[in-house]
Amino acid sequence: MSKAERIGGNVASYVDDRTGAAKWLRKNLTKVFPDHWSFMLGEIVLYSFIILLLSGTFLTFWFDPSQRDVIYQGSYEPLKNIEMSASYASTLHISFDVRGGLLMRQIHHWAALIFMAGMIAHLMRVFFTGAFRKPREANWLIGIGLVTLGIVEGFLGYSLPDDLLSGTGIRIAEAIIQALPVVGTYLSFFAFGGAFPGHVFIPRIFTVHVLLLPGIFLALITIHLMLVWYQKHTQYPGPGRTEKNVVGYPLMPIYMAKAGGFFFIVFGITAFLGAVASINPIWLYGPYNPGQISAGSQPDFYMGWLDGLVRMAPPIETHAFGHTISWNILIPGLIIPGVLFTLMALYPFIESWMTGDKSEHHLLDRPRNNPNRTALGAMSLAFMLVILINGGNDVIATHFDLTINQIMWFTRIGVLVIPPITFVIAKRICLSLQRADREKVLHGRETGRLVMLPHGEFIEVHEELTPAQKFTLTQHEQGTALEVPNVDTNGVLNPQGLKGKLRARFSQAHVEQISAPTETEAKALEGGHH
Amino acid sequence: MEIGKKLKKIKFSSGVKKLSRYRRHRFAGPALLVVALISLGATFQVASALPSTTKMETTAQSTLIEEGKRIFAQGCSSCHGLNAEGGGIAPSLIGVGAASVDFQVGTGRMPMADMSQQAMRKTPIYNAEQTAALAAYVASLAPGPDVINEAQLTYERDGNTAQGGELFRTNCAMCHNFAGQGGALTQGKYAPTLMGVDARHIYEAMITGPQSMPVFSDKTITPEEKLSIIKWIKAAENEPNLGGASLGRVGPVTEGLLVWSLGLGLLIGIAVWLTAKAR
Ligand code: HEC
Ligand code: HEC
Ligand code: HEM
Repeated sequence: MSKAERIGGNVASYVDDRTGAAKWLRKNLTKVFPDHWSFMLGEIVLYSFIILLLSGTFLTFWFDPSQRDVIYQGSYEPLKNIEMSASYASTLHISFDVRGGLLMRQIHHWAALIFMAGMIAHLMRVFFTGAFRKPREANWLIGIGLVTLGIVEGFLGYSLPDDLLSGTGIRIAEAIIQALPVVGTYLSFFAFGGAFPGHVFIPRIFTVHVLLLPGIFLALITIHLMLVWYQKHTQYPGPGRTEKNVVGYPLMPIYMAKAGGFFFIVFGITAFLGAVASINPIWLYGPYNPGQISAGSQPDFYMGWLDGLVRMAPPIETHAFGHTISWNILIPGLIIPGVLFTLMALYPFIESWMTGDKSEHHLLDRPRNNPNRTALGAMSLAFMLVILINGGNDVIATHFDLTINQIMWFTRIGVLVIPPITFVIAKRICLSLQRADREKVLHGRETGRLVMLPHGEFIEVHEELTPAQKFTLTQHEQGTALEVPNVDTNGVLNPQGLKGKLRARFSQAHVEQISAPTETEAKALEGGHH
Repeated sequence: MEIGKKLKKIKFSSGVKKLSRYRRHRFAGPALLVVALISLGATFQVASALPSTTKMETTAQSTLIEEGKRIFAQGCSSCHGLNAEGGGIAPSLIGVGAASVDFQVGTGRMPMADMSQQAMRKTPIYNAEQTAALAAYVASLAPGPDVINEAQLTYERDGNTAQGGELFRTNCAMCHNFAGQGGALTQGKYAPTLMGVDARHIYEAMITGPQSMPVFSDKTITPEEKLSIIKWIKAAENEPNLGGASLGRVGPVTEGLLVWSLGLGLLIGIAVWLTAKAR
């Protein structure tokens, strides 16, 4: 044993004697993580958050969050001697006069987009696989909190430079705040410290953007990951995988090596985007001026659906008691998003109420094996996509030779028609995939190989699945529908009749499945013609 | 955006386009004809009293007008009427001035090919002389804004890019987008991109206000300011893509598309590759 090793050993046992760290480490470092690409979506989000912290810190060194008027004297000629706010001027300074500044700005913004897109993809994977079911409802709720705060954080972030585009966005946010009945005007007055745009808004959102929200993010992400840790990760069904075990790689060294490498890949791709693709070129937008606006003003994509909703609302206002209620802003700007996010947050509880399923789940669903949930998810996505399209209606109009009015009416009707159609189609697709699974288990996989029998008949060779494959395709539970409790034990009409019926109806929709082949069915076939 | 619409409304109601409103008035034609005849008469009075060199110029001018009238009868009268008095499908051209003709014909908008929402920019079918003849003919009907000649386009010397940018964002960006890339208006109309438009045509567009575009008189935007706007547009045209690929300079829509396709696409592709079982 070399000297260095001896010292190392002594230090280790000193620490271990006092903290019991070795046992703790052994337990946790050998913790097993299942492997699937969709489980890395959460990691993408985590790494882009770290990139956001690092690049954001760099930007704060030069950014001046102030709405004080200055005359621009930097090196970007087309804005020379123009009056602008210090925050806009300092963003120009970072872009053109700080070494690596523009790259860092672009990395920060691309990372923000990857953060949001990754979070939505992660949410979709958790939803479609049923990973939110008991006992992981808390993590789902934290997740919804993170998405909501992510939208706010992103909006505040791109509002900071005080350019023409983001100022237009703040103006719309102000309109939405003001649309709140009675309190709206006061709230807006409070937020802007007087009339819009005022001189305090940017300094205030700066504090929220760089201190308050990142702090909350850190706390929530920590709890989120600790919960993943203690509840253990879910896994996809397969042979040897049960509700009681986790099959995968140990954290150390395999998982850590993969994850560490993946961080650099995420960083590399973000830096690549930042280096080759322009994002938020604020020098082209010009400084914010309430009297100016640009055609095709758009928010970032995670706000785009909201903008699309506001754009498609017909102009309805009511005047009552000296107040004007702008329903055309209130409903799409606050009420619909509120309802949507509440429904999304409560979905784990809604589903368990509908199905009556109160048991724990650590094995994931293949999306096709829960057609109703998958169809609900597809329906929500269709809704979001339609309103997002309307959010970009002016840009789409110019680039695809359509008119704004055509897109507006298409989406106004589409938002009511397309989601239900998507629901039906998605459910049918799931059921036919189930049918295909059933065929495969019973009759084997079609190989595409044709064989001519001695008497001249052609048959296609079907290859039987391995037992492992068969298991994977048949292991899922298929529940039964809840009874309609319309009569109670005494034969009296159930006081909860309507609610019960509704629940039973939902439950029926949820169990609509193609029954998986049973063991006897499979056996019978085997005896028969193979 | 909502605010955009409001602003536009304010712009139009503020009477920038007052003149053009009267242009389509029922009595506009006859009234302008009278004005035209009187001024034509006056021109003759003055011309006959002038020395002979001017007489030669006048003859040249009148052959130009004759030429223009001939081309007009062939190419334009089917829509605008034999004497440019207007018809069911096209407005009267009496009083629109040479600038309007130079702009409309010089950018290939006229003669209009099909009766779509808006006359589109095409390769012009008339050459410079023919366009000048048409312009002279229409100008001879009634006075109107004159063609802008090269000597007036001193934007390189007299324009101020930064100030032009401010003016552009205040007066033009609401329709033509912050970088002059164009944008959609309601009912299928659109403001075209301003990249690659001749300085002369930019100037003429401002003083004639083609179609849904307002007229920017010299009171709203002074001639020097117009030159600044032109200088800024020319600078925007040559603006290098400082941050990398420009993604069309249309704002966050293309950025969102790129992050979902290339960004997340690459990341998920690599995740699939990393977790693929080594077989
Ligand atoms: C197919 C029909 C058609 C033909 C041919 C045509 N025009 Fe036009 N023109 C129109 C219409 C329609 C408008 C009005 C466009 C608008 O304002 O929406 C117009 C507008 C104009 C204007 C703008 C008037 C204004 O109010 O400023 C000018 C100038 C003009 N035309 C000149 C010409 C000339 C010169 C020719 C022949 C070379 C020509 N046009 C041929 C249909 C036509
Ligand atoms: C209300 C919206 C609106 C505003 C404001 C506006 N424009 Fe336009 N502009 C248009 C429309 C619409 C057209 C297309 C007209 C046509 O096709 O005949 C146009 C056409 C033009 C053209 C001709 C482009 C080409 O392809 O030949 C130029 C140049 C132009 N505008 C410059 C300006 C400038 C400079 C300003 C600001 C001083 C401005 N516009 C303000 C709507 C607008
Ligand atoms: C800042 C944003 C977020 C970060 C950094 C993050 C990170 C992670 C990570 C690293 C995992 C484990 C790996 C994986 O399953 O992908 C995970 C799991 C999980 N996340 Fe997130 N996440 C975020 C947002 C969300 C959102 C928006 C939701 C849903 C509303 C959500 C719900 C869940 C759930 C339920 C699990 C457990 C999944 C399982 O065990 O199968 N998270 N998260």
